[in-house]
Amino acid sequence: MRNRGMKPWLIAMFLVLAMFAAACAEESTDGEDTGDDTGTEEEALPGEGMTACQVTDTGGIDDKSFNQTAYAGLEQAQEELGVEAKFLESSTPNDFEPNINAFIEQGCDIIITVGFLLGDATAAAAEANPDQKFAIVDVDFFDFEKGEDVVYDNAKELTFQTDQAAFLAGYVAAGMSETGKIGTYGGINIPPVSIFMNGWLAGANYWNETKGAAVEVLGWDGKDGLFTGDFEDQDKGRNTTESLLDEGADVILPVAGPVGLGSAAALQDAGEGSLVWVDTDGCVSVEEYCDLFLTSVMKNMNIAVYDAIASVVDGSFEGGLYSGTLENGGVGIAPFNEFDSQIDDTIKTEVEELQQKIISGEIVVADYL
Amino acid sequence: MNDPQNPKAKEPPSTDVPVEEAVAERARAAGVATQGLDWRNVILVPTLALLAGLFVGALVMVFSDPDTLRSWASLGRNPGKALSDSWTLVYEAYSALFKGSLGSPRAISETIVSATPLIFAGLAVALAFKAGLFNIGAEGQLLVGAMTSVYAGFTFDFLPGPVHVTAALIAGFLGGALWGFIPGFLKARTGAHEVIVTIMLNYIGLLFVNFLLKSEIFIRSGRTDPITKPVAESAKLPPLLGAEYRVNAGFLVALAVAGAIWWLLFRSTVGFRFRTVGTNPNAALYAGMSVGGTYILAMVLSGGLAGLAGASQLLGVQYSVFPGFSSGYGFDAIALALLGRTHPGGVVMAALLFGVLRSGATGMQAATSIPVDIIVVIQALVIVFMAAPELVRQIFRIRADKQAEQDTLSASWAT
Repeated sequence: MRNRGMKPWLIAMFLVLAMFAAACAEESTDGEDTGDDTGTEEEALPGEGMTACQVTDTGGIDDKSFNQTAYAGLEQAQEELGVEAKFLESSTPNDFEPNINAFIEQGCDIIITVGFLLGDATAAAAEANPDQKFAIVDVDFFDFEKGEDVVYDNAKELTFQTDQAAFLAGYVAAGMSETGKIGTYGGINIPPVSIFMNGWLAGANYWNETKGAAVEVLGWDGKDGLFTGDFEDQDKGRNTTESLLDEGADVILPVAGPVGLGSAAALQDAGEGSLVWVDTDGCVSVEEYCDLFLTSVMKNMNIAVYDAIASVVDGSFEGGLYSGTLENGGVGIAPFNEFDSQIDDTIKTEVEELQQKIISGEIVVADYL
Repeated sequence: MNDPQNPKAKEPPSTDVPVEEAVAERARAAGVATQGLDWRNVILVPTLALLAGLFVGALVMVFSDPDTLRSWASLGRNPGKALSDSWTLVYEAYSALFKGSLGSPRAISETIVSATPLIFAGLAVALAFKAGLFNIGAEGQLLVGAMTSVYAGFTFDFLPGPVHVTAALIAGFLGGALWGFIPGFLKARTGAHEVIVTIMLNYIGLLFVNFLLKSEIFIRSGRTDPITKPVAESAKLPPLLGAEYRVNAGFLVALAVAGAIWWLLFRSTVGFRFRTVGTNPNAALYAGMSVGGTYILAMVLSGGLAGLAGASQLLGVQYSVFPGFSSGYGFDAIALALLGRTHPGGVVMAALLFGVLRSGATGMQAATSIPVDIIVVIQALVIVFMAAPELVRQIFRIRADKQAEQDTLSASWAT
């Protein structure tokens, strides 16, 4: 009686399942063959057989900004050194530790943790697993209780003096602003975010000082300012940008990874103002908004991450601090792209000079806060 | 006379089922007369719902993978390849999922770690369900509980180890209980619907916690971002399998609490009152029970359990509170309570299942780069199938011979 009750589609479903199984048995060998063909053509690269693994911060691997820039370093290493690149996305801060542990268990040759908020989890893992190599972006390990710097032999700390590059961007923005107000906001008030905003503020202050102008910076006063609260919610980026526009800012620096895309959408709707993108050249990572980007404050994590992987491959890896600066190319300012024709040549040459002065130490960003 | 093959059995029982049988049925449904488990409804339907969820999840995987889609596009030329590619993808994903959740000691430890807060939060929602209350506020109660617990965790550091942990757990319970008391009190006194109040209290709780995170009392020295001081060493729940695994005594506490809740619901006068009020508040009132008092007590206990979820996560795993501390345990808990048929034992099983899915997702992404979000899809699908048991019965041709779960759940929804 039950069998008679079966509907034809149910039988069809079983047939499909059976075909699945049959097809699997036949075809799996074919798949392996083609795989072998492509594999043997390439020459053996130095990193063949090694794996480099990235644990992202919240925001995702394709955030057009922070995580994606770091992952570009892994992809480059995959292409040029032959290492295998893997990543795990953290959807919440609860995922940091399990993700790191999963990679330790998989035997990654180097684990790259991307983001300040992964600092505690990475420090604990580096201490517990002295044979596992780590590189962490945006953290300089520091023991606040003892008030001393901490260094692990198996962990490379990749930090960036982005205030130097943001200083240049702030200077240009102050020069370009028609309303006399420029704005900024961040994701969360953590040092690697606020350092951008410091540079932005200092650059505008320097412009005011040398030109006798009074350009105002909205959203950051050197200690506190506007923050959306996370690195995910683009809607909050949009709202924050709209209120900055309402208050008269016409050049805005969002320091919040993909949240900045909300700013781009807001500016496009408003039809006014321009943006300064962060971490990577916005005209490359988010081409569709290129006409909005005055420039970008580049934090070349991809280069630092690639170098860290390369040092594992050639055996020269050692723990400790790396600091990206204008001098070593770890940070920089992107081309003006579509704004190039609108910017005075004097400003362009001044930016060149400023860059040299920062490198030589003649100008110290912190002095202009 | 009531032939099991009789197609009329699908009609409301009142038409052709003897009165006493219908009464027994209703009583069984609400678990008043027996806590007896009808294995069909308790085990079979959830299992089939899980299988159906995994199957649809597999389809989503296949149709969201560009490579596999390409081989489907050339279905006409090479039908075998499309099927085998799909099979390989799904097989690899699911085997990585189960390897990542059960395949090694660390994997099992992670599964239990993920399940622990879910057990507490699931019990919170299930307990309220039994009293006819729909507590959507577990998330807010959990966060408030975590805050009170972290405060006890870093201030009472003069206490010796076991006492300090217990004090911090109790603080978490009290924090959650306070957040549960508000909707319970409002419902008992003014009739304000607990669903609305608890939803709103989630927001208030979340934003209040975010505000506290930046206050002088809680913020960690040397940090500008919102993160609390860590709890003292003596307030941490001890690890069960040594420091290299994260599984901690919180799991044992969760199991003990689940046992206690079972006893409370099915062996105590208070539990009898909960279940009676949950089944029929008017009858309970007529029988001389204080319906309002029961609502308040149920919400206080429910909130306290949610607070324990926050405290166990804090004292066993995270050691400090920060934005994104909860990652939605309070909302998963609603699904869990449904999946576990609002029975403490069922909730523990459902929480372990969600733990398997959650911790396995990491392994799945590492091995196959299928995004972890697919797990959320599968969880949601399981819930959809659970919420519509008739659908599962139709698909798998199981006869509906009990009205049990519809009665329990619709009673909870309706109040």
